[in-house]
Amino acid sequence: MDFLHDILLRPFMDMAAQPDFFIQVIWEGFVAGILYALIALGFVLIYKASGVFNFAQGIMVVFAGLTLVGLHEKGVPAWLALILTIGVMALLAVCIERFVMRKLVAQPDIILLMSTIGMTYFLVGLGEFVFGGEPKQMITSELGLPTGSTAVEFGERGLIIFQHIDIAAAVIAIVMVAALAVFFNRTRIGRALRAVADDHQAALSVGISLNQIWAIVWFAAGIVALTTGIMWGARSDVSFALEIVALKALPVLILGGFTSIPGAIVGGLIIGIGEKIGEIYWGPLVGGGIESWLAYMIALIFLLFRPQGLFGERIIERI
Amino acid sequence: MMRKSVIAGGLLALLATSAAVPAFAEDSVYVPLFSYRTGPYAGSGIPIANGMADYLNMLNERDGGINGVKIVVEECETGYDTQKGVECYEQVKAKNPIVINPYSTGITLQVIPKAGVDKIPVLSMAYGLSAGAVGDTFPWVFNPPDTYWDGASAIITDIANREGGLDKLAGKKIGYIYLDAGYGKEPIPLLEDFSKKYGFTLTQYPVPGKEMQNQSSQWLNIRRDNPDYMIMWGWGAMNPTAVKEATKIRYPMDRFYGIWWSGGNDDAAAGGDAAKGYRTLNFHGVGKDFPVIQDIKKYVVDAGKSHVDPAKFADNLYNRGVYNSMLIAEGIRRAQEISGKKVITAADMRDGLENLNIDEARIKEMGMEGFAAPVKLSCSDHSGHHKVYVVEWNGSDWQKATDWFSPMIDVVRPMLEKAAEEYTAANAPWPKREEPCKSN
Repeated sequence: MDFLHDILLRPFMDMAAQPDFFIQVIWEGFVAGILYALIALGFVLIYKASGVFNFAQGIMVVFAGLTLVGLHEKGVPAWLALILTIGVMALLAVCIERFVMRKLVAQPDIILLMSTIGMTYFLVGLGEFVFGGEPKQMITSELGLPTGSTAVEFGERGLIIFQHIDIAAAVIAIVMVAALAVFFNRTRIGRALRAVADDHQAALSVGISLNQIWAIVWFAAGIVALTTGIMWGARSDVSFALEIVALKALPVLILGGFTSIPGAIVGGLIIGIGEKIGEIYWGPLVGGGIESWLAYMIALIFLLFRPQGLFGERIIERI
Repeated sequence: MMRKSVIAGGLLALLATSAAVPAFAEDSVYVPLFSYRTGPYAGSGIPIANGMADYLNMLNERDGGINGVKIVVEECETGYDTQKGVECYEQVKAKNPIVINPYSTGITLQVIPKAGVDKIPVLSMAYGLSAGAVGDTFPWVFNPPDTYWDGASAIITDIANREGGLDKLAGKKIGYIYLDAGYGKEPIPLLEDFSKKYGFTLTQYPVPGKEMQNQSSQWLNIRRDNPDYMIMWGWGAMNPTAVKEATKIRYPMDRFYGIWWSGGNDDAAAGGDAAKGYRTLNFHGVGKDFPVIQDIKKYVVDAGKSHVDPAKFADNLYNRGVYNSMLIAEGIRRAQEISGKKVITAADMRDGLENLNIDEARIKEMGMEGFAAPVKLSCSDHSGHHKVYVVEWNGSDWQKATDWFSPMIDVVRPMLEKAAEEYTAANAPWPKREEPCKSN
């Protein structure tokens, strides 16, 4: 009976007893969700355009962050380092298209997946060779990003703390999603990209250059990776451990669907907030540490009802 | 055709033989260093690997080795991965190492049963299996100058000193945040025992390895539980993230203690000014103002023979690596004295480590006055349970916050002996010690 009470009632009583803390948990989950969504966005962009599950997205986050901080450490001013990093990500996109994707057109999906795994190890090696394996502190204030925090009093003794960098991350993520939505829906390249996503051969038949589209989409994923690297790097530091954090995008993708930008955002928020609430209020019942698998549980439960994910396209193939 | 096959076979055999036999000079000893310059733990692994290699290389450059015997230093990259560490062990075993430095509690736990069979001493300096300090049970394992249980008892001692005595711990709440791996779990039995003995509540916050840079849940729990003190057993990217998260929830940093492995300069610097007051244990000197560090600079760093970034030379974890290699070198020196040989074997090295006796005079001779405290081991005590002190982060560097003080040896030692018995029972049949005690 006590066990049922602990599962079904106590967490909600705790939420009601400390509403300021509950809001703090929701906020932290929201920020984590935004960051998960940013990582998932990189996966979605590539998958939409080429049907490739880009295993290298995590290391692209690290590589972009390392390039930015590494250039600054070599004396390049922060804003110039940012521009140069964007240039490096563009160059990387062109190289991936030219030396990997172009060679593998029409190959089975598993070959493309393996090629992204190969790219991961290449970028790990390149990053360590050029910048070393030591973690680096993100140049948050040099980039003009806010630091510090604001504490808001809540009730008689309550306190909610908002980190300025977290607020900035939320705003930047929203702006980025809006920009991507406009890009996909309102521009000629965006429409071409959607055409490629729907059917490669049909897109080719109307004169769309697959090579150009792939380079653009890998570049867009690189920009998303850079943004994620800056935001996540500001929360801890830029190290190769960030690559592992990218795995958090997997349940987000399962939940939101591999082809949906809104799915990545909504999925990220559900996973972010869900895992925080689960860990804080139900985790102690089993000794804590449930966060790492809870995200997958949430995603799998959703899949029982929507196998294609929340916003994924339902594909029915006739046999 | 036949002749070609014979020639090809001969060449292959020659190649295989040359690969199997290491090409070390006769007047040298082989010291492999398990390091991790890559991966999520590189932030902690790089400064230690640099410090370890640089000290041994300095002895080669300055003194021509130890009593004329060169030290052949070779790193094996483990990435702090236990499986890779075991592969490194198997790889270096064929080259007749005189000592193994696993630099990971997980790897240490795996190689302990092998070391006794292969007769290679394992030096897990201030890490690894705490019960390894019981030399009668683990003749091939050494963990000077302190075990993790010594470390945990020292932190509790410092907390008790601040509170006015061990009896004042009753009713207090102490949080323990740790890397959810063999390393972080190691001191839990002692902390749980102390919690019962001294009446404080122990709350545990495990951090899975893949969540090292995503600790907001753990720190939200800490904010809710509001422990009086926090203790951390972190490594790699976990440390700077934890320090940052602690500042985010405005945890009083002078009540936040890290074990010695959570005391890297970069770990604390990540929290900026808000991290001032963060405390960790230490057992060696901080900074460059020691003759030994200046010699390393002169003979190795300035000579371009080091991997260290000049800006990070003599950081806290770099000096930890130097200290570790000092123990190796002194073990070799002692082994030479006992065996009467210049080029020692692994078995000689075991005797050397077991009879390690670094006194003040020797410390001064090594240029380590103020850098290291005396170390004495024995056949039964492979750790020594030496004195430690607390350092505090002042925003830019570590500063000594307490005098040297002893861990709770009288409490810890019986617990270690009991743990050693439990280990042998769980791993029966554990071989009885047959190595003679050459104590003198």
